[in-house]
Amino acid sequence: MQSDIKRLSLILLFAPFALWIFLLIIVPHAGMVVLSLREKVAPRVYEYGLGNYIDFINEPIYWNTLLRTGSMSILVTFLALIIGFPIAYYIAKIAGKRSRGALFLLCLIPLWVSDLIRAFGWILLLRETGVVSSFLLWTGAINQPIEFLYNDVTVIVGLVYTVILFMIVPLVSTLDGMDDAMVEAGYNLGGNGFTVLRRIIVPYAMPGIVSGCIVVFMLTAGSYLTPILLGGKNSSWFTEQIYDQFITRFNWESGAAFGFLLLAFTSLVVWLGLKLTGQTLANTVAKS
Amino acid sequence: MSTTDEYDLECIGVSKNFSSVRAVDDVSFTIPKGSFFSILGPSGCGKTTLMRMIAGFETPDSGDIRIKGNSVLNTPPNKRNVKMVFQHLALFPMMNVYENIAYGLKCIGTDKATIESKVRDVLERISLPDVAMREIHQLSGGQKQRIAIARCMVLNPDVLLLDEPLGALDLKLREAMKIELKLLQHQFNTTFIYITHDQSEALVMSDHVAIMNEGRFEQIGRPEELYHQPATAFVAGFVGDSNRWSGVVASADAQTLEVTTQAGLTLRCVQQAGRALSAGQAAEVFVRPEFIRAERAGADLAEQGDQNGLDGTVDSVLFNGANSRVLVRGPSGELIEADVVVTGGQGDLRGGDKVRLSWPIAQSMCFAG
Repeated sequence: MQSDIKRLSLILLFAPFALWIFLLIIVPHAGMVVLSLREKVAPRVYEYGLGNYIDFINEPIYWNTLLRTGSMSILVTFLALIIGFPIAYYIAKIAGKRSRGALFLLCLIPLWVSDLIRAFGWILLLRETGVVSSFLLWTGAINQPIEFLYNDVTVIVGLVYTVILFMIVPLVSTLDGMDDAMVEAGYNLGGNGFTVLRRIIVPYAMPGIVSGCIVVFMLTAGSYLTPILLGGKNSSWFTEQIYDQFITRFNWESGAAFGFLLLAFTSLVVWLGLKLTGQTLANTVAKS
Repeated sequence: MSTTDEYDLECIGVSKNFSSVRAVDDVSFTIPKGSFFSILGPSGCGKTTLMRMIAGFETPDSGDIRIKGNSVLNTPPNKRNVKMVFQHLALFPMMNVYENIAYGLKCIGTDKATIESKVRDVLERISLPDVAMREIHQLSGGQKQRIAIARCMVLNPDVLLLDEPLGALDLKLREAMKIELKLLQHQFNTTFIYITHDQSEALVMSDHVAIMNEGRFEQIGRPEELYHQPATAFVAGFVGDSNRWSGVVASADAQTLEVTTQAGLTLRCVQQAGRALSAGQAAEVFVRPEFIRAERAGADLAEQGDQNGLDGTVDSVLFNGANSRVLVRGPSGELIEADVVVTGGQGDLRGGDKVRLSWPIAQSMCFAG
């Protein structure tokens, strides 16, 4: 009787999760895989084959876009880490108890506003007739308006701004767990600031660094709005290709293949990153 | 005060304020080479602040700290040859035992072969030769303790600071580690400064103990001096157990004085050189339980002139082997502790027995209240 109740409650608790995984993750992805393996040979006539994937390999613009998306995402992840780490360290270790909450809230505030509005905010600042250009014109630093939008730098700045919070949160939570005495011991035993950072603080924060990097990389590589709005046609972000295939060209088969390739590619990059840094998911993400 | 390298550590008039709170107040002391020195005090007395100043994590507001005769006030913590064992040890969890010990050597740029032989050597000396490749979480509490000490000792510090490192251990292990620490100190022959609020740790291990209270040193001395000749009422009350009475000095001459307690008892004490009391002063009297003799009333007692005597009733017997005690309800209702020998025979005191307590007047320690 008791064990029946236990089993029932386990099933009830587990059901939403199982439904979520099954209906929203497994079924759509299986559908995508099936879709991506279909080739249109004539109107309403389909054959199964790897044609969509072969198209991708044969057309350099496709895989160049994917590689470009990947490398720019890595750059964004790296920049978010470099900028986010000192902020997280300050919030977790240096700021007082009271200011810590306020600082954390300040980091969260951009999330109050939708992605779209934030991107338009950047546009207001950076366009030819925007705030920055007008200001420079007014000071006399430039003598004709400059277009700051639609280049890679702007895309990267916008992306870093959008994702940096997802780097700061896991870093703060791991650094928060570090005993201050650990840092003091590092100095006491003769280490200088750099040694303490390299040999003690960074290794300690590794779980947070890894999980932050994975989340940030995945979000960046899969982002659509920011690169399109800030980069315009020059952004050539891979999600844009997927969108084009689905919506503009109505080629669902090819779009599904691209979508699956993006997933495979980002997973590969994460796996490589873990291998290169000698980390495993079990002792980093699971711990942070 | 002469500055020679006789002393591993000298503190001269060191003070430190945190906003309006005076954490350390004009503390001066010297620690001779190779001794085990404890700073004993209740929590919040400033002992940790004092130690953090020696290690360089805090800067004193005034005064000077000298190591081997040289002022270290302008030396950053990573350049001071003072190593510290932290309260929770602060071993680096992402490194194994070998890397933990090698860390300090790598920081000063020792070459690989030397590091290896030094680490092996220090592990040998703390009798844990086989743990080099273990992870920190695989060690027991006592092993972690020893690794934390080894990690410091491998750097040959002038002074080793220990901040209540036994606090986290269970009672049995703590007892064993006390002896172990003392042996390690002998073996390395380095000056250890041990911070604790546990008097038995301080008394058992130390060559010299400083009693600290409210930012000041109350007394510095050998453990037995502190116990038998406390300089202040705080030391008498803090070190060891004692019975305590407050009262007023009724009469005093050059050698002895009489104190009338609030409850009306009259206790006689011997005047102490340097802090003689005169009639009318408030006073506090401390008597250690081991000096109080409890005998069944009615027995033929040879009352000597230099004894204090009280009548009372045994309230309870606290049996604890060789450290057994009786609680005696005195004439004015207060409880007095006295050490007794409990043999298990007929002669033992039992609850309700009428007893006569007596102790030599020289054992009543009297302080201005």
